[in-house]
Amino acid sequence: MSALFFLQQCLIGLTNGALVALMALGYTMVYGIIRLINFAHGDLIMLGACLALTLVGAFGLEAAGTATAGVATWLGIALLVGLCGLFCGLVNVAVDRLVYRPLRDAPKLAPLVSAIGVSFIFMNIGLFWLGPADRSFPQLLPTANLLPGEGLQFGWKDLLVLVVVVPLMAALMVLVKSTRLGKAMRAVSQDETAAALVGVDVDRVIAATFFLGGFLGGAASVIYGLYINTIGFQMGFQNGLYAFTAAVLGGIGSIPGAVIGGLVIGLVRALSTAYVGERWAGAMVFAILIVILVFRPEGLLGRRTKEKV
Amino acid sequence: MGTVWGWVSDRWEVVVLAVLAVAPLVIPALGGALGGQVTTLFIYCILALGLNVMVGYTGLLHLGIAAFFGIGAYVLAILTVPTFPFQIGWLAAAAVSIAVTAGIGLALGAPTLRLRGDYLAIVTLGFGEVAKVTLRNLEQVTGGMKGLNPVPPPGAGVTVAGTDLGLAFAVDPRWFYYLTLASLAGVVWAMRRLENSRLGRAWVAVREDELAASAMGISATRVKLSAFAMSSAVAALAGCLYAASLSTTADPNAYDFNRSILVLCAVILGGLGSIPGTLLGVAILVGFDTVLAPWADSLIQQLNINPSGSSLLSFSGWRLAIFGIALVLVMRYRPEGLIPSRRLAAELHGDQR
Repeated sequence: MSALFFLQQCLIGLTNGALVALMALGYTMVYGIIRLINFAHGDLIMLGACLALTLVGAFGLEAAGTATAGVATWLGIALLVGLCGLFCGLVNVAVDRLVYRPLRDAPKLAPLVSAIGVSFIFMNIGLFWLGPADRSFPQLLPTANLLPGEGLQFGWKDLLVLVVVVPLMAALMVLVKSTRLGKAMRAVSQDETAAALVGVDVDRVIAATFFLGGFLGGAASVIYGLYINTIGFQMGFQNGLYAFTAAVLGGIGSIPGAVIGGLVIGLVRALSTAYVGERWAGAMVFAILIVILVFRPEGLLGRRTKEKV
Repeated sequence: MGTVWGWVSDRWEVVVLAVLAVAPLVIPALGGALGGQVTTLFIYCILALGLNVMVGYTGLLHLGIAAFFGIGAYVLAILTVPTFPFQIGWLAAAAVSIAVTAGIGLALGAPTLRLRGDYLAIVTLGFGEVAKVTLRNLEQVTGGMKGLNPVPPPGAGVTVAGTDLGLAFAVDPRWFYYLTLASLAGVVWAMRRLENSRLGRAWVAVREDELAASAMGISATRVKLSAFAMSSAVAALAGCLYAASLSTTADPNAYDFNRSILVLCAVILGGLGSIPGTLLGVAILVGFDTVLAPWADSLIQQLNINPSGSSLLSFSGWRLAIFGIALVLVMRYRPEGLIPSRRLAAELHGDQR
């Protein structure tokens, strides 16, 4: 029983962690390319969730029965992921163009404070969009267990997280590793000036990075709504905090690092909720973060960089 | 004329202090609720000056200053509230609280200072969350969400020339006004001295170039640790004043990440490493929340623009957006802050690197 319980918690943790990882990618990509902690990313995801809720109403998607979800529901979810991804991606590009690009040569903390400002603006938009109270997000997927037997629970919602998150991450890895754009992104990340010298359009590559990070955030917002079933205008802060922690834990700037960091955080949160109590879960996550950073200062997969003179 | 202005701008602290010291005698409202608001403003000024040591002088991004503010308040409360057997009086308790909080700052700093900039920031952020959750959940010690109260006013039980000081503090807000103003003046004076001291110059040297500073024989670790301890100690002083002026620690959410961010924004908005800038930043940000927003709301109410009570038409409905747009605009057009420190201004407008 207790082994089964442990296994169940791990399963919950990994599913949650996959979601955290998807959010963490937006932080890590932007940091990797312009060394900016994008504080507004969590609130961008919140805006995506607002749009998702509005679209669910507009499409007339309905709560599923207990058995299976129809083709229409799956198509609707795919469309939601696409539209919200597009929306968040474009918003992110617009913010980069208007707010961060003019600050490329400013002191290091200026873009950071601007990002905090943008996050406040997003929160205010979310407040008008959703109202001050938390809103429930409709349960579009059936609650039936997909695993045989009575023991482990793994439902359609958990499956949804995996079927969206895993292909997106795989696509991102391929994009960064083996396309022209990915090569340009890596070049800009290593040395902006040198990349510009060999003909990379730095501003466009940065905009593309913001778009990709925003797209993944938008996708994450739909999954979040369908999986957690409650959204509110303040959700961005707490989720952003976990996602950012995941990015740092894995080694910020490293894409596989963000994935591993997300999974670790999901596991720690699920296990400490189960064994220590939910109210300590947040503290456990950050305590483990501090301990890991003390022993591995560059995060789990981060590269050790020499300080330049 | 020019010489008068020169004299004033060289000694702005003295002029401002004199104005603020006379103000309660001239403005009777400072003996009421407004006095309490201004007291809170002074306390945030102290907190921001503490944060400025780390972020401004030493260049270490700190995202958890509110945790040290809170620890300072709670240690003071534990040593003074009637539910615990200590009750050692405000002054002694504040001294202990400052020492303990500085010690906690050292304990957090020692293992983590070798982290690169942004990683250190996330550690301070994480510590802030851990501290908040601990304060909330350790109910036997911290009173959970109720906080610890009543925190007795400074000087409780001490009688000077026939007046019970504790009673005087409890009755007239102007006592707290002068106590916090005096503490703020003390902190400003100390920071002025520190800026030009051996240690202050070492902080700036480490910020500018850690390797070059070490090559000159400065121990970067010790310098950074001292900045950590100094920030924590000043934040604890602010916490002690805060708990005493509210006569409670308030609930742990008063010391969360949002508070840290507010103070950080104030420091950066005003000008990193600049004392007048920091004070101005706090005055703008805290003043916006506690003075301007309620005033504009009541104005809208009086003009009867918004009979339906829609949040789109109330000023505080737009509070976050206005705050955000202001931060973005200031960073866009004055990234060095409103009153930049002389050194930073020279760096940015001189030879661009």
